[in-house]
Amino acid sequence: MIYFENRQIVTPGELLAEGDYSAGSNTYKSGNRIYASRLGLVEQQGKTVHVIALNSVYIPSPGDQVIGRIEDINVNGWVVDINSPYKALLRVVDAINKPFRQQKDDLTIFLDVGDLILAKVLAFDRTMDPLLTIREPGLGKITQGQIVKVSPAKIPRIIGRRASMINLLKRETECKITVGQNGIILISGPTPEHEKLAILAIEKIAQEAHTSGLTDRIAEMIRREKMVKA
Amino acid sequence: MSGKVKLIDENGLRVDGRRPNELRSIKMEVGVLSNADGSAYIEQGKSKILAAVYGPRELHPRHLALPDRAILRCRYHMATFSVEERKPPAPTRREIELSKVIREALEPAVFLEKFPRTAIDIFIEVLQADGGTRCIGTTAAALALADAGIPMRDLVAACAVGKVGGVLILDLNDIEDKEGEADMPVAYMPNLGQISLLQMNGSLTIEEFKQALNMALEGCKQIHKLQKEALKAKYVAIREEVETCLQS
Amino acid sequence: MSSIIASRIRQRQIYQMIASGKRLDGRGLTDYRPIKIEVGVIERAEGSARVLLGKTEVIAGVKIEIGEPFLDRPNEGSFTINAEFVPLASPEFEPGPPDENAIELARVVDRGIRESRAIDLEKLCLIPRKKVYVLFIDIYALNHDGNLIDASAFAALAALMNTRVPVYVVDSDEIKRTSDYAPLPMRNYPIAVTFANIGDKMVVDPWLEEEEVMSARLTVTVDKDDRICSLQKGGGGVLTPQQILEAIEIAKEKTKEVRRLVVGDLG
Repeated sequence: MIYFENRQIVTPGELLAEGDYSAGSNTYKSGNRIYASRLGLVEQQGKTVHVIALNSVYIPSPGDQVIGRIEDINVNGWVVDINSPYKALLRVVDAINKPFRQQKDDLTIFLDVGDLILAKVLAFDRTMDPLLTIREPGLGKITQGQIVKVSPAKIPRIIGRRASMINLLKRETECKITVGQNGIILISGPTPEHEKLAILAIEKIAQEAHTSGLTDRIAEMIRREKMVKA
Repeated sequence: MSGKVKLIDENGLRVDGRRPNELRSIKMEVGVLSNADGSAYIEQGKSKILAAVYGPRELHPRHLALPDRAILRCRYHMATFSVEERKPPAPTRREIELSKVIREALEPAVFLEKFPRTAIDIFIEVLQADGGTRCIGTTAAALALADAGIPMRDLVAACAVGKVGGVLILDLNDIEDKEGEADMPVAYMPNLGQISLLQMNGSLTIEEFKQALNMALEGCKQIHKLQKEALKAKYVAIREEVETCLQS
Repeated sequence: MSSIIASRIRQRQIYQMIASGKRLDGRGLTDYRPIKIEVGVIERAEGSARVLLGKTEVIAGVKIEIGEPFLDRPNEGSFTINAEFVPLASPEFEPGPPDENAIELARVVDRGIRESRAIDLEKLCLIPRKKVYVLFIDIYALNHDGNLIDASAFAALAALMNTRVPVYVVDSDEIKRTSDYAPLPMRNYPIAVTFANIGDKMVVDPWLEEEEVMSARLTVTVDKDDRICSLQKGGGGVLTPQQILEAIEIAKEKTKEVRRLVVGDLG
């Protein structure tokens, strides 16, 4: 028995379904009843009921691309704020290719407190803080561009189905847009005006993520803004 | 009880004109503070209460952290200007007890096991007090937790029942609390049918208690409806705006 | 073991036994541990009592002073209740001012006595608006083996019943101390019963290991006329309305039993 209409907004604790269904993301099962655990849009896919959350907490997952800020330096490496309840650790061995001499070399030469990095989550489980790496092509210190922060729950909508939304943004704003799974997005464009347009579009997507026809409206909005500038 | 004020008249109306089972007028707003991870503001009658949630976040000092779940911390605090006679800013024994009781009302609703070794901090500030502050604070804190995107088993809605002139009444204001014959705050998880806060001081027969409990749960269900609307409000408004734009 | 955290095996044993209606120490689900009450144990105090509830031990002492009444109760004596969880009572207690648990306990015991109007405060007024008797009831937990609330409530009540008030006479606008003492005037005898919710069963008088596995607790205080004068749910779990109503019915009977012990037969 299903108790909702597709894409209805539901609140934590709302009874969604009863019977032979599975509890998808942002829901939980008690007995044979499925309840929402977060505020969001409820959807049914086959026998699974899940909720697309309107806001959530970023929990790192190995393989995630994230953007973080160096917060502290210790003997092991750098402590990184990745917009998560858990501070991440970037060990020296996961950051620097050449051999590093602890006594002689100063870590701040490579990355200092306040620097932004594009990194990947190496590992994370219940017993340890997340480990990051920047030793892959494309990762490392961020030297230019602007940062936008959104709820991690909105990231899938900003990427869009088969990257349709993010490709639209990149194309129409002519910006390089790097999306962190942790809700932090890096925008680097030919001029600050281009970057501002991209930021405006991303903020609008985040605001209206729960509505339909969003891709068209975003395309329309960008077109309008560009005409105003011209 | 000085008995100088008549709290219920011959027509069964209370000092503010309400019927015995009527709630005060309530205004709820979610997401009112930009720094907090989640927040809510409630005005209920003349009581004005703000709640904010920070977290889940790292816990300092680290030795307080639990390996398998988050800890919930709660601070219920009354502003010095919230009451008739200025209240000194330091926490009173009452505030300490209420902080504990409210924390215990919210704990069973939160999936603490999803965030081991962290803390979820709840701050409740009573800006103006006119009765029912622990209930309103609990209701606001539940909204703030949901606003923060913290997974919950259910919302928590709270409401108090009292007794004046031998009549059971719902949602006490300050004078009904001070001069009445009983005060019973209740917090309820409506979808799960579970009570997470229950206190009483006063004098009730067992029969009166049964009626009072039912009255409180009905009140909590009404409050819960308002909570749901408040959480959805912003999103519903945006949806409607988008739809009217499409039509025009 | 200095740590009092029950092992997982023990916790499971407790759950299983309670599910089958019994407890590890052989009690039924609604049985109290043996209760022992001694009064007048501290001669320096105006009233005192020592309560043993199983191995939980609590002492309550009453001190009386002359002071000003509260502004909104000018014709009544006043009292305050404080509780201290002193470090010698448990490896978990640390020195310092009362923490939230001690504060909660004191306020719950206070509510029972205040709301049932156990003490006849009007008889404790000497000169209205100026001089009244002020009672300080201090509760010291000496050994924590579970259910400090009930033990403290019994001790406070027994100490009050044991209290002898130094008699003052009023002479024009002054009070003069006599060499007489009079029993503290009391009108009601509230008794607290604390339940632990363990595996959905409501269990009376939880001892320490049961407190560690309980999901929530409920303290019901009933006066001599079967009126409920205080309720307090504690702990981070939940209770259903049915469990609460069940507890209240049990409390009604249990408080009669315990009142006979603390107060004797009221006739």
